[in-house]
Amino acid sequence: MNAQNLASGSAYFIAKETELPVTTVLSVLVDNEPGVLARVIGLFSGRGYNIESLTVSETEHEQHLSRITIVTRGTPHILDQIRHQLERIVPVHRVVDLSVRADELGQSGPIQRELALIKVAGLGEHRNEALRLADAFHAKVTDATTEHFIFEITGKGSKIDQFIAIMKPLGLVEICRTGVAAMNRGPAGM
Amino acid sequence: MKADKQDSDRQPSQRREMTGAEMVVQALIDQGVTDIFGYPGGAVLPIYDELFQQDKINHILVRHEQGAGHAAEGYARSTGKVGVMLVTSGPGATNAVTPLQDALMDSIPLVCISGQVPTSLIGSDAFQECDTVGITRPCTKHNWLVKDVNDLARVLHEAFHVAKTGRPGPVLVDVPKDVQFATGMYTPPDVSPRTSYHPRIQGDIEAIKQAVALMLTAKRPVIYSGGGVINSGNEASKLLRELVELTNFPITSTLMGLGAYPASGKNWLGMLGMHGTYEANMTMHDCDVMLNIGARFDDRITGRISGFSPNSRKIHIDIDPSSINKAVRVDVPVIGDVAHVLEDMIRLLRASSTKPDEKAIDAWWSQIDRWRARKSLSYTRNKDVIMPQYALERLYALTKDRDTYITTEVGQHQMWAAQFYHFEKPNRWMTSGGLGTMGYGLPAALGVQIAHPDSLVIDIAGDASVQMTMQEMSAAVQYEAPIKIFILNNQYMGMVRQWQQLLHGNRLSHSYTEALPDFVKLAEAYGGHGIRCEKPGDLDDAIQEMIDVKKPVLFDCRVANLANCFPMIPSGKAHNEMLLPDEATDDAVANAIDAKGRQLV
Repeated sequence: MNAQNLASGSAYFIAKETELPVTTVLSVLVDNEPGVLARVIGLFSGRGYNIESLTVSETEHEQHLSRITIVTRGTPHILDQIRHQLERIVPVHRVVDLSVRADELGQSGPIQRELALIKVAGLGEHRNEALRLADAFHAKVTDATTEHFIFEITGKGSKIDQFIAIMKPLGLVEICRTGVAAMNRGPAGM
Repeated sequence: MKADKQDSDRQPSQRREMTGAEMVVQALIDQGVTDIFGYPGGAVLPIYDELFQQDKINHILVRHEQGAGHAAEGYARSTGKVGVMLVTSGPGATNAVTPLQDALMDSIPLVCISGQVPTSLIGSDAFQECDTVGITRPCTKHNWLVKDVNDLARVLHEAFHVAKTGRPGPVLVDVPKDVQFATGMYTPPDVSPRTSYHPRIQGDIEAIKQAVALMLTAKRPVIYSGGGVINSGNEASKLLRELVELTNFPITSTLMGLGAYPASGKNWLGMLGMHGTYEANMTMHDCDVMLNIGARFDDRITGRISGFSPNSRKIHIDIDPSSINKAVRVDVPVIGDVAHVLEDMIRLLRASSTKPDEKAIDAWWSQIDRWRARKSLSYTRNKDVIMPQYALERLYALTKDRDTYITTEVGQHQMWAAQFYHFEKPNRWMTSGGLGTMGYGLPAALGVQIAHPDSLVIDIAGDASVQMTMQEMSAAVQYEAPIKIFILNNQYMGMVRQWQQLLHGNRLSHSYTEALPDFVKLAEAYGGHGIRCEKPGDLDDAIQEMIDVKKPVLFDCRVANLANCFPMIPSGKAHNEMLLPDEATDDAVANAIDAKGRQLV
């Protein structure tokens, strides 16, 4: 369900949303405890917000802190609500809208990277072409037989999308993507 | 107050070894709990065994876990303390879901302790197993599954801290049976809460300065206060009264906020919103500065958002940052606890060299008085049939000078109660506002009566709602809680019928109760006292009888079947488009809502 259709959150009168939706990246620092991811995801599904990508892993082992990176889409008003609603969750320490932060820092946007493993099977010319293109995309061969490659590729989502599209006619078998990891440029921390 | 009686003889507990079940009881004692509401079952037996062997905690046995939850809510709302409920696993926990969500929406501090199957059986579809923390995650402020007995005491103390601080709310602690049996180290209440949880209490002084500056420019101001004032405590209500006195601003309130400012106060406009008074809604619509104190622009308050107070600048005081700009965009948000913010606000107002614009506000008051003259709550009395409004007027007249607490169910009777019962103090009015839970009032009254054994506790009920949790009459009889269930019996789900009349061509689909119980006999069957009243002339004596009987009472007050609750802002309309009783002839009512509004509801 699109969040922008639920602007008023009210069954009483559904106001027309006039703002345009934008895509943003949220970084959420949480206590790594059971159920914390369910709380975050449940908030998004329960309130009708979008999740376009979600990445989570413990980042500070001694303090049991995990960092969740969420790519979401909504009007600025909805994005503001998402941030405040996330902050209400008890094990959430901080929520930073990296895109807004980048604007404040005068930057074009946060650095966003994704890793993908892409399996391609084939023989002859297709196989050579796949390897050649992989080289052009700086994808690494992480596993191979005479019949297949597994490429490891890192970059912006759009680069990976493009790589996948090219591999499709060359014997694409399987795709696994990590989702977006993101951080703002410059010396300051989150 | 009974709830405080054991504070003095409580010993500070020490770190020591005990079982999980003992820890639960010890933690409750250390948190100052004196009364809990619950229902035993397989997965909480060790805790019940501990309860049996002590006398500091008074356990009230309900007849259904939903009743335990609402009773704990009523207890909490009427005392300002945390309400506690204890339920077993599986169905015990699922039955607790409704009161948990109710408490979440109305910001009531509640701790629910639930039993769970032993940790080794979790996930095996064991008997009476359910994913309690999964099911209750969205209907609690926070919840915990405790798998290690050494975490139990800390989690219980944290649960109380989270429930009562910041924006209050319900929490749940799920305790597997093997953890209740296991022995571990008990830790007394800890002063250092978790680092990720830090509600903002003090308001930003710059924002408060802006708010004060805006208030001083106001020519047509209004204060719109809500349940946050009640939750903030008695001090907040005192400061609110002081603020009104100081500024001479008119004040209205949401359903949840009634009593924070006295209904007898000269600046009182009555409740606002869908069934609010004409003067309250018109004042909101035409104001130039709105001061929202601890309310959340709920859709029952605002009506059509685009038509909501279109020409005002808005100040919003709320402890929850997510309430700001959620439904209505405001000009000056102040995040903090109501009492803290009001204290700063009043200090700044007093220190300010400019004063509120007295002349403009006087003119504003004469406009408001003209709206008041519409007498939007008027109704036609009948000498043969009891009008529901009349029943409440008489109930108010005969109980207002007593130490009275009022709870309600949900529907027409609830709105009439809000309109015709007048509250002078906070914490005297317990109702289900956000969730609108039919069946709230009877168990809530039980909870209030347990906290205030010598007070007069009345549930203003409807004949449909009251049957949803009627079984708690049995609990009331068991604990000699003389709650008075004043049923405005019109044989309909009155609000459903009213909406069907207004929105669905008067096709009264399943809103009529063909077979009502005989409430008098029902009361007697429970061991309570039953009263039926059918004539206006008999009403006063009957109400007096209800007050005098020292037993739970079911009062079957037969009222006009088809009365509608007015004023009413129909779906999709703004505050200045109310239906008023004198305009509400059948034709006017039928044509009031266009097809588009019908879909909105």
